[in-house]
Amino acid sequence: MNGRVNRAIETEPKRLPASSKRCPRAALAVACLASLIAAASLGGARGRHAEAVARVIPARQAQSSAPLSSGPCPGRLSETGLYVPGSTSQIAPGVLAYAPQYPLWSDGATKRRWVRLPPGTRIDASNPDEWQFPIGTRFWKEFSFGERTETRYLERVDDGSFRYASYVWDASGHDALLAPSAGLPATREIRPGVQHDVPSEGDCRACHEGRRSPVLGFGALQLSPDRDPLAPHREWPPSDGLDLAELVKRDLLYGLPASALTRPPRIVAPSGAARASAGYLFGNCAHCHNGSGPLASLGLDFDQSVQDDAQGYERMRGNVLGRPSRYRIPGEAQSVRVRANRPAQSALWFRMQSRFVAAQMPPLGTKLVDAQALTLIERWIATDRRASTVSTH
Amino acid sequence: MKRNIVATTALISSALVGLAAWFSSRDATGSPPGAASAAIRPSEVAKTALLASGTKEDETARAAVIARGEHLVLTAGCNDCHTPLKVGKNGPEPDMTRMLSGHPAKMPLPPPPAASMPWIVAAAATNTAWAGPWGVSFTSNLTPDKETGLGAWTKEEFVEAIKTGRHHGRGRPILPPMPIPAYRNFSEEELVAIFAYLGTIPPIQNRVPEPLPPPNLPKHG
Repeated sequence: MNGRVNRAIETEPKRLPASSKRCPRAALAVACLASLIAAASLGGARGRHAEAVARVIPARQAQSSAPLSSGPCPGRLSETGLYVPGSTSQIAPGVLAYAPQYPLWSDGATKRRWVRLPPGTRIDASNPDEWQFPIGTRFWKEFSFGERTETRYLERVDDGSFRYASYVWDASGHDALLAPSAGLPATREIRPGVQHDVPSEGDCRACHEGRRSPVLGFGALQLSPDRDPLAPHREWPPSDGLDLAELVKRDLLYGLPASALTRPPRIVAPSGAARASAGYLFGNCAHCHNGSGPLASLGLDFDQSVQDDAQGYERMRGNVLGRPSRYRIPGEAQSVRVRANRPAQSALWFRMQSRFVAAQMPPLGTKLVDAQALTLIERWIATDRRASTVSTH
Repeated sequence: MKRNIVATTALISSALVGLAAWFSSRDATGSPPGAASAAIRPSEVAKTALLASGTKEDETARAAVIARGEHLVLTAGCNDCHTPLKVGKNGPEPDMTRMLSGHPAKMPLPPPPAASMPWIVAAAATNTAWAGPWGVSFTSNLTPDKETGLGAWTKEEFVEAIKTGRHHGRGRPILPPMPIPAYRNFSEEELVAIFAYLGTIPPIQNRVPEPLPPPNLPKHG
């Protein structure tokens, strides 16, 4: 989808909390950067943002093997190690593509994802639900709305924590520039009157630090070769990319229980719609709504465990079916999360179909209703029955 | 052992004091427990119970934190919006029987008036319901009621909510007129103190309505 690129710049300075790992050493630089960008944006011309950033951030030779686990985030995506030096189209050696089977809804963006492990390192999958990644592990996720719009970057740094950055593709498409930590609203029109916003550092943390591991969409269930045929926005694994079996084959992962290979992880559910619904809720909601993170007290757990796959669907179902909702659908004195066989009277469905900022779910990262998923959830709620047989879908 | 006996005795004594305060605070109209009393301020009872256990140093430190939080709540103007106004003898005044409990759930509210530039914001007479381009927002219940207030929140959630401007620190945006751009400049220590103080005020059950969308909100599907 082609879109007009806008460069509205957020100028409000944002105070980073002490625990922030959004490139803390660059906090002052990006604050100055934000001010310069604000000044540069007043004219509103395309490309002026990129020019302003280029003046502030010194040009550096792209070094795909440069250590990045300390120091500020590079000013350009080409300097993060994703591409072959001098290119922003040829992926660097050692950077591997992958695709989760339950992708996050991002307003219809076409997405590509990559991971790079430092040479000689492996992922510790001894806890199959919470993989431990080596220091220096890097992830990239590219968002395109017709053209490359944004690439997000996640890296495990020296002290074991993770840092986040967003890079915004310039008008020429030649490179992407580091966005301010306060985010960048209205970078591209994705539908008439609807703009794509680059998230702030706080937005990144809101989603990525809501559960055990900040790495989302890359785990045993998401990379299982037993892919759900009814998963909304189903993506095919890249031909030369990774899945669970390939990770083991390439010796990039250790400690995974043998059963995960002989019987690849899947959500055990009574129907295809139930399986796909549970998977969608896992991929889109469990990073906040789980049983171990800051919102565990809400008692709304969409997480799935590959160690306990026979119970995951029933546990999720038990969290929502007939359970009172703190959110009340307009006109109701008391709502329930899922009302048996009545999607429109279920707070879950209601909030998914809303794009009122105070009601919508998810609360950030999307401006368009996921119509395909909504239809799936409607079907699931309308036809829900208790688990009695393993899904054959 | 001796320390446990002392602490237990202090706790029982505080509870008896609290019961006495509760009975003495109810007037002929049957005002709910926790209504402002000339004899004992409700917060004093909760503070006493809170401070009953632990060492004297702990008590002193906690008392200081709560006092700091109370000062911040008073100076930051939280009551201005989170305590409904009522009409008293001298005009509008905060209804301290509903201190910091937010917009009254049972208050009938007609639709807000249509906005006309430049007058694009309207407030209800209670100062707890606000209509603007964002829709209609209702000030939340800041009392420690577990079902309808902050009683089930952690201090981390409270701090993150103010810092990020998001419910529970990662949920929906906290709507205007909540001055998040100003309050996010509170230090973590200040927010913890505010939260500690809020934990001592009388819990009031009041399930504040959900925000309402603006008219003609596009349905993006």
